Amino acid sequence: MSQVAASDVASSARLGRLGEILAHSSYMVGRQTRNLFREPIWIAMMLVQPMFWLLLYSQLFRRLVELPGFETDSYIDFLAPAVVIMTAFFQGTWSGMGMITDLDRGVIERFLATPARRSALVFSQVLRSGLTSVIQGVIILAVSLVLGAENGGPVGWLVIMLAGGLVSAGFAGISQGVALITRREATMIAVANFIGLPLMFFSAMLIDFDLIPRWMQWAARFNPVQWAVDAAREPVLASPDWSLVGLSMLLLAAFVVATTGFATWAFRAYQRTL
Amino acid sequence: MDAITVGALEKRYGDVHALAGVSFAVRQGEVFALLGPNGAGKSTTVRILVTLTKPDSGAATVAGHDVVHEADAVRRSIGYVPQASGIDREATGRENLTLQGRVQGLRGPVLRERVDELLALFGLGEAADRTVRGYSGGMKRRLDVALGLVHRPQVFFLDEPTTGLDPEARAAMWDELGRLARGERLTILLTTHYLEEADRLADRLAIVSHGRVVVEGTPEGLKRELRGDSVAVEVTDGLGERAAAVVSALQDVHEAIPEGRMLRARVESGATAIPGILSALEGNGIAVVSVTTARPSLDDVYLHHTGRDFRSEDEAGVR
Ligand SMILES: Nc1ncnc2c1ncn2[C@@H]1O[C@H](COP(=O)(O)OP(=O)(O)OP(=O)(O)O)[C@@H](O)[C@H]1O
Ligand SMILES: [Mg+2]
Repeated sequence: MSQVAASDVASSARLGRLGEILAHSSYMVGRQTRNLFREPIWIAMMLVQPMFWLLLYSQLFRRLVELPGFETDSYIDFLAPAVVIMTAFFQGTWSGMGMITDLDRGVIERFLATPARRSALVFSQVLRSGLTSVIQGVIILAVSLVLGAENGGPVGWLVIMLAGGLVSAGFAGISQGVALITRREATMIAVANFIGLPLMFFSAMLIDFDLIPRWMQWAARFNPVQWAVDAAREPVLASPDWSLVGLSMLLLAAFVVATTGFATWAFRAYQRTL
Repeated sequence: MDAITVGALEKRYGDVHALAGVSFAVRQGEVFALLGPNGAGKSTTVRILVTLTKPDSGAATVAGHDVVHEADAVRRSIGYVPQASGIDREATGRENLTLQGRVQGLRGPVLRERVDELLALFGLGEAADRTVRGYSGGMKRRLDVALGLVHRPQVFFLDEPTTGLDPEARAAMWDELGRLARGERLTILLTTHYLEEADRLADRLAIVSHGRVVVEGTPEGLKRELRGDSVAVEVTDGLGERAAAVVSALQDVHEAIPEGRMLRARVESGATAIPGILSALEGNGIAVVSVTTARPSLDDVYLHHTGRDFRSEDEAGVR
């Protein structure tokens, strides 16, 4: 009897705790997005950059789809998911800069002296990155629609945005962790470039997977960017491989869990240095 | 009951022994000041008490809760004004206060009213909906204080609340802190570099130096402990040391400590000791530039207990 009662208390306490983590995360996400939207430069970057990629690549590689081996005949259709993923990937990779600013300005320390949930301070950054990428995804897909892409219909849209959100959140986990460990902008920039550029190149972002060299294909299998590209691109192809979409989504979800774990660990490590 | 108890706190950062056994207690409703030069360990002590930092050894309680083992209970009972602000500069004053209130568990109309009340109380009503980026130093600091008070804490920690403020803003802050101390049943612990600030605001104070509490008491009590008057003599450059030797040999001088071209002496009575001091210095060929006498100040208390001049030590710390 008493054991049951005790476990009841424990589980209700846990629910309360989870509720509190969610509530605090949403406050923090609200704060971060509000601040971002007050930066006109940031909004410009967020909108203009993906448009730029979309227009530039579609002009540059228009003839690419004529290559044998391309599974679609509209390059804009082929490109739009890749631009969503690329934008999401950058969004995640650079999301740690926000954490560094907060650390520098003492905002994190101020919250640490309140009952604010520690995990919410980390989760909110990861969540914010993912949500921003979903919004960016909607905008990019809308523009590509105007340019003549179909994006695989409503299901395609959902899958592309989800893949974008997950890859953004996953890299945000790494970025937050690195920010908490280095706590310096210059180091952060170096690490982001060092990790970011190779991952971009070792993926079939702008070209069909079967057209890249075999050893690169092998390397790309371990690249979360490639998982996201796989998940996002299949729906726009003539005959989508839904099992590849499912597998890629699972891998991405595991990636998000792992990197958020890393960020949480880095946050504890940071607290120990105070 | 004591609102804060601190027992033998120690903290090391690598080779730096930031706290070497700090102990003191603060009674409920009291204003207590930690006074000391740069690097003395004031912030480290406060940061342990507000649960930011864990001590290497020793124990402390705030509002009856252990700062390490009952950290969340402590966090609900305290307000904290960090030495280097902690405001979100991209947000407005109102947004900063609202988020702080939410995190402290306030909701709905109660939260809205409390935010309005604090904005008015700290003279931020007009600036409430502007981003903090455009606030003056004094306004930012007042917002810092308001943030710490959102949830009506029992114990309020302020780490150098007036450092960097111009004299006018400092005076305004002193008024506000004085009002807080009188009005609400609030225990206040503040740290400061300014002897004047401790003298003016604190019921009791502790002088911290090199990670230890050197002396503790009321400002008046500490001054009273120093018998007699203090005499400050300014001599020509380079002669401070020799002047101190000459003066300390005199009959009615308790203590004479040189600091650069100044010489600070404690005597039974300033009025009767000065003629003797002057003739002794003249007799030894030391020219006197000026001489003043006063009741002992906290400067003298600091000098007496640490053997060092407060201001010169502080500047040395900055460098
Ligand atoms: N996070 C840290 N890492 C390394 N050293 C630290 C850290 N925090 C404090 N110290 C060192 O501990 C000592 C005490 O610092 P503390 O900040 O407590 O002094 P303080 O009395 O508040 O000084 P100030 O008046 O300059 O604010 C200093 O020598 C400081 O350099
Ligand atoms: Mg300090």
